[in-house]
Amino acid sequence: MIQRPPPKVVPTAPGPPVSRSGRLSALLHETALIAPAAILLIVFLILPFFMAGYLSFTNERLVPRPIPTRFVGFENYTRVLGDPDFWQAFRNTFYFALLVVPLQLSMSLGAAMLLNGRLRFRSFFRSVALLPLVTPITVIIVIWAAMFQIPDGLLNNLIRLFGYRGDYVNWLGDARWAMPSIVLLSAWATFPFQMLIYLAGLQDIPIERYEAARIDGANTWAQFRYITLTGLRNVHVFVVITTTIQAFKLFVQVDLLTRGGPLGSTNTLVRYMVQEGYSAQRIGYASAIAIIFFILVTTFALLQRVLIPND
Amino acid sequence: MTSRSARYVPTILAIVMAVIVLVPLSMMFTVSLNPDEAQIQITLGTVRAFIPHVASLENYQHVLADPHQPFLRYLLNTVIIVVGIVGLGLLVNASAAFALAWGQGAYRKLFIGVVIAVYVIPGESLVLPLLLMMSRVGWVDSYQVQIVPFIANSFAIFLFYQFFTGMPRELMEAAKIDGAGLLQTFFRIGLPLSMPVVSTLAILGFLDAWNSYLWPLMVTRGPEYRPLSVAMATYFTGQQAFWGNVMAFAVLMTLPVLIVYLIFQRWFVASVMSSGVKG
Repeated sequence: MIQRPPPKVVPTAPGPPVSRSGRLSALLHETALIAPAAILLIVFLILPFFMAGYLSFTNERLVPRPIPTRFVGFENYTRVLGDPDFWQAFRNTFYFALLVVPLQLSMSLGAAMLLNGRLRFRSFFRSVALLPLVTPITVIIVIWAAMFQIPDGLLNNLIRLFGYRGDYVNWLGDARWAMPSIVLLSAWATFPFQMLIYLAGLQDIPIERYEAARIDGANTWAQFRYITLTGLRNVHVFVVITTTIQAFKLFVQVDLLTRGGPLGSTNTLVRYMVQEGYSAQRIGYASAIAIIFFILVTTFALLQRVLIPND
Repeated sequence: MTSRSARYVPTILAIVMAVIVLVPLSMMFTVSLNPDEAQIQITLGTVRAFIPHVASLENYQHVLADPHQPFLRYLLNTVIIVVGIVGLGLLVNASAAFALAWGQGAYRKLFIGVVIAVYVIPGESLVLPLLLMMSRVGWVDSYQVQIVPFIANSFAIFLFYQFFTGMPRELMEAAKIDGAGLLQTFFRIGLPLSMPVVSTLAILGFLDAWNSYLWPLMVTRGPEYRPLSVAMATYFTGQQAFWGNVMAFAVLMTLPVLIVYLIFQRWFVASVMSSGVKG
């Protein structure tokens, strides 16, 4: 989420000459400040990262067994790439991202524009729009589970009201509908986050530009197209990429509501990795999936640095 | 469209948005107040599912009295974990960032580079090796396994670092002349001045920790150390047909966050906004 260019390390002025004991105590102070974070980062972030890489070349299991762990070269990777369940999870993950990103971002941008324009009770509406952000995700999932009820749940009755003539939609139990249903719930759950970021971006667009455009006779659509969207370019890149990465991480919604089903139609990369590494205890194999996942996310994160200038 | 009626368009759209947000949430409250499970089943798909018409606390009593799913224990666990991660995290990350901004060592450039680099690593890629480590050292099913790995945070270090490098050099030199070492300067000047960053990170960290699911799912075995997020999932799976109880559990889990949100709303909005882009 870091966007601003990293500030340069401040070169410290030489200052008055210090005694040897003074220098020693300065060194001690600096070590005391930096050491806890350095140690924790190394042990709990950098070490596990290299372990994931190492484990992906072994047949390590979660629970130690009598046969020692072997080095297996690229076997895990070749098996992953030939594993139809992996590819299904891979496709599902991209399918989810492809659906949820445009839906969620239109909701976010729409809501942000509403809240940025002339609106009565603006702070009330803003508080309301932010509620999904503060509702715990497991709670949101439970509420939507109730709305997804068949045959007479709230959503089924709603589509009937809008003219649906079929019997009912089996939201989570039909392989065609399960992922779109997860998309609806996920967009609802997290749109306020991007809404706030869009709102910050909108407030940075000078109001004079709109005034000038109106004098030039630009209609509302032209103003939206040429001032709002253009002014938000960097915000868009940032939001699209972070939302896509967030979508790649889809796990709790499908783990709780569908267990990856029906017929594996909602299994995702993260869920498949957890299933293999935790439930089936094949840490080596799952680590190969974890590394592939890491490469995927990093590629998108780097894309952002390329697409936003001055970063 | 006349300009007169066009004036109402934003208001109407805002109301639509509010309805979309509020219907699911008011459904949670309404169902949680209804003790009659058969009636809930009948009304779940109707307007009566989200407009309160009975007010009974029976479901809440069920949730709070359930010996197999000790709600208050889960709440306590969550609070311990959240306070642990956020509290220790602020101290550790702020102090490291202060040393990086105002220390002397030549390592600082490399350290900042590493902090920025590791920020892209998704936590999901690390859970399995971390789980292996934790199970080998016997930390599984404890508080520390849910706190210690998340104290140091590259995003937090970076945010503090940006703030500290922006502090006036004269301030630092004045402290030095007064004989204060780096440690005292941090505690007396750096940390107190960085309250905007502290509040941003506290709010984001609080939300993150309250929502965390995958890691606690893997490292807790029972109610003793399990946080609310995982407990909500287990309770939901175990009580499938009892919407009244499930929703009462959901309301009880949401209330603490909601209260914090209502009190700190202003800072809350600012902190999410500042985590995004500028220009």
